[in-house]
Amino acid sequence: MQQSNTYTLLFTAIVTIILGFMLSLAATSLKERQELNITIDIKKNILRSLGFSESDDEPWTQNNIQDIFERNIKSFVVDSGGSKVPGVSVDNIVQTDQYPVYCSHISEGVIDGYAIPISGKGLWSTLYGYIALEADGITVKGITFYKHGETPGLGGEVEKEWFTSNFVGKRIVDNNGKLVSIEIIKGEVDELSPEAYHQVDGISGATMTSKGLNAFLKTDLEKYEPFFQRIRKERTN
Amino acid sequence: MSLLSKKSTIVLTDPLMNNNPITLQVLGICSALAVTVKVDTAIVMTVAVVFVLSMSNTIISLLRNLIPARVRIIVMLTIIASLVILTDQVLRAYMYDMSKQLSVFVGLIITNCIVMGRAEAFAMQNKPGKSFLDGLGNGLGYGIILIVVSIFRELLGSGSLYGFQIIPSAFYEAGYVNNGLMVLSPGAFIILGLIIWAQRTITNVEED
Repeated sequence: MQQSNTYTLLFTAIVTIILGFMLSLAATSLKERQELNITIDIKKNILRSLGFSESDDEPWTQNNIQDIFERNIKSFVVDSGGSKVPGVSVDNIVQTDQYPVYCSHISEGVIDGYAIPISGKGLWSTLYGYIALEADGITVKGITFYKHGETPGLGGEVEKEWFTSNFVGKRIVDNNGKLVSIEIIKGEVDELSPEAYHQVDGISGATMTSKGLNAFLKTDLEKYEPFFQRIRKERTN
Repeated sequence: MSLLSKKSTIVLTDPLMNNNPITLQVLGICSALAVTVKVDTAIVMTVAVVFVLSMSNTIISLLRNLIPARVRIIVMLTIIASLVILTDQVLRAYMYDMSKQLSVFVGLIITNCIVMGRAEAFAMQNKPGKSFLDGLGNGLGYGIILIVVSIFRELLGSGSLYGFQIIPSAFYEAGYVNNGLMVLSPGAFIILGLIIWAQRTITNVEED
């Protein structure tokens, strides 16, 4: 049986409206929970980049992650000149030249590391993550990615531990104190090369993602460079 | 009297074994490879596919006399896509870590040939009750294979099952190593191939 055009149009319109309504209802009612999950996930990532990990006696749950975060992490805002901005918290930064810093402490007043947000274009998507430096402001403590839309199995491997663990211990400045950032190279790093201190193994099949990552890591580290320069200076004095 | 009539039982159980969507119809292979590294992801994927498949079959069957023939495929696709998005949203809200691990593969249920295939081949011609059973059966048939593959892959590739360490650390100290191939897609191909072989030998299928 061949239905009339009017019927076909009407039917598809009704189906679309009903399904559209149903989906928007679901999306709105679940939004709050999803956003909570996202903030929790971000906190987990900050903790992870600073070297914290889930332990058997204290597994990370929805309920305690907030608490663990507050107990271990202190945050402040720095400006493009590298000095702390008083009176602004990381949650309500409005100016584009002010950047958040999250730091962990070994004991009161003794800083263990600094985590800063990184983000930028990969191949298909914008990647979001955190990179943490040791208290010296030079050595990478950890890196994590919590959001991206890269191809699973190729660019998507950036979030895997085999890749992120390569960053640990690499240095972002050369011997003269100049920022060189971290470079993801093609293939494996030759440990004997003089450049090995700031190079990490690439992901095969993900050249464009690596290229993007190199670029935005550099830009983001440059934004924080005045701040880290101060830290390096303070430590040598 | 049994709960289901004999015909309905066949509709439900046939896809589990004799007409399994993966091993006999060789549909839905892509996701079967992607989400079977660990047992827990395979289970969640199974639940998601069972939900989408049985619901889409039921809804499409209810509408089967109303859907205009000329646009039936696109109407089916709209219904399936809506159910998949709904599933994805729920996973994001209640099982966030799981939804991150499954990443795009939940969304890709839309393109899973089993869902579309059952809608066109079964739900368009049968009553809602039967279509629901057909969806349930095919979803479970898909899920069984997924879970079996994931059991082999997690056990051989990571030495654990459902996250619990199975192979004792003494084995590792004695020189045992996990098989890295099992974690990668080729491992899934090999296991799937062996399962298809075993299944076809048991059910005695002849390829035309």
